[in-house]
Amino acid sequence: MATDTERLTEAAVRVSGLVRRFGERPGRTVLDHLDLSIAPGEFVALLGRSGSGKSTLLRALAGLDYDVAGSGSIEVPGRVSVVFQDSRLLPWRRVLDNVLLGLDGREVVAGGRAALAEVGLAGRERAWPVELSGGEQQRAALARSLVREPELLLADEPFGALDALTRIRMHGLLRELCRRHGPAVLLVTHDVDEAIVLADRVLVLDAGRIAVDQPIHLPQPRSHRDPRFLEYRFQLLTALGVEEETAA
Amino acid sequence: MATVQMIAPPTLRRTPATAAPGRRRRLGLGRPIPYGRVLGPVVLLAAWSAASAAGLLDPRVLPAPWTVVGTVRRLIEAGTLQDSLLVSLRRAALGFAIGAVVGVALALVAGLSRLGEAVVDGWMQVQRAVPTLGLIPLMILWLGIGEAFKVVIIALVVAITLYIQTHAGLTSIDNRYVELAETIGLNRLRFIRAVVLPGALPGLFIGLRLAVTSSWISLVVLEQINATSGIGYLMFQAQNYAQTDVIVVGLIIYGLFGFLSDAALRLAERRVLSWRRTLSG
Ligand SMILES: Nc1ncnc2c1ncn2[C@@H]1O[C@H](COP(=O)(O)OP(=O)(O)OP(=O)(O)O)[C@@H](O)[C@H]1O
Ligand SMILES: [Mg+2]
Repeated sequence: MATDTERLTEAAVRVSGLVRRFGERPGRTVLDHLDLSIAPGEFVALLGRSGSGKSTLLRALAGLDYDVAGSGSIEVPGRVSVVFQDSRLLPWRRVLDNVLLGLDGREVVAGGRAALAEVGLAGRERAWPVELSGGEQQRAALARSLVREPELLLADEPFGALDALTRIRMHGLLRELCRRHGPAVLLVTHDVDEAIVLADRVLVLDAGRIAVDQPIHLPQPRSHRDPRFLEYRFQLLTALGVEEETAA
Repeated sequence: MATVQMIAPPTLRRTPATAAPGRRRRLGLGRPIPYGRVLGPVVLLAAWSAASAAGLLDPRVLPAPWTVVGTVRRLIEAGTLQDSLLVSLRRAALGFAIGAVVGVALALVAGLSRLGEAVVDGWMQVQRAVPTLGLIPLMILWLGIGEAFKVVIIALVVAITLYIQTHAGLTSIDNRYVELAETIGLNRLRFIRAVVLPGALPGLFIGLRLAVTSSWISLVVLEQINATSGIGYLMFQAQNYAQTDVIVVGLIIYGLFGFLSDAALRLAERRVLSWRRTLSG
């Protein structure tokens, strides 16, 4: 397939033979010679049981794993942005100043305002983070990532703390923003539906490796009632070790 | 035939829906009482007046409030009160200013670099273990019994208190913010400016308020032991002549000093840390 060869020659992320180990020697191997590549602009969701090493992989890509034993090679683009499970807005900076944290110049202010408007927070530039709802805080964090025009967006359960309704809204928003800005995305989630709704490709991490690599061939927007959706869902849940009688 | 079981509807608790804007959080401290802070002193004053008027208080033990007011007028006319006040204020302000600058500077040195921590923190911890007022004899031998030694003692007390609080604030930044700064690619200077320093401000304010209190305490001790001027000296002399009213004037002035400086700091804290929402806010 043409797209596959392209994916191999030009990648936004290329990980090979990644090993990560925790604890005293010999330690517990969490990632065991893991290989992964993500194409530019590709949206990849990463599923896996709790403790399977999803966050470990993401932190390795973000360069946040100091003092962790391991080996392997990681190639990531220059501009990487991370969205955490909590918004990590600095409470002592107003929303716009949080979005612009570490950026200089007059132009970036306009960029920051535009990014806030994109996530639906126009007019809240001068609010303190404590004055925002959980969903709004997470949207501000998204704006903080977007304004940096990342080539790779790493997100570790960014919607995990949000209610179901807000989450669905955030899905639409994230999908739209990624279409417009075109970063490669690695989204860690424990929600199979979220993965299928959003991703071009869903990975399942198991025993330290990518056990399932499933492209999702469904047109956007995706419906939960689509029989193919249910098929993917059943398949992924099975890969995660969930026996589900209700899945037809 | 199926028996239909009746399920009692749950009893609903009524909460006044219209009261929402004025409602207080249940575990909060409730509505702030207007001028609540002066309430205590006012009650005390009333009790004192009543007891004096009723003749329950021996004027040699505690003179009546009006006697004290008269004494204040007399002392002002003689110029003693103003002079003593200025001398005391100057000592406290000078000591506090020097101590604050030194304490915060040392905390920054120790909190922002490993080398600084190695050099500074060790002896600050030792210094902290030695009660500074215990250094009075040594300081008198070194600096003589003039103004310098008093200012130095107050500065030391202030510096240590501020150092401890500010250093703690600087070194206990939330690791999550460090990670954020790393992923965003802040350089060290920016990280310090945007994350470390603002994060340490609450600690700094705790330090300031503690330091103000301890600087007044040191002032009292210093002026009553080895001084030839100041409010404390005035009180010390009054003791020799059994002038209870003058002693009470001195105490009230010390109290006012403490109260006003703390109020000023609270105000500054509210301004600077306006991003915080706390229980008392
Ligand atoms: N700093 C650490 N020190 C020791 N062990 C760690 C550390 N970080 C992670 N681990 C271990 O590595 C394993 C994988 O952790 P990781 O956080 O990557 O899991 P996860 O897939 O993100 O799980 P979850 O879905 O619950 O977030 C876990 O067993 C965890 O205990
Ligand atoms: Mg995790």
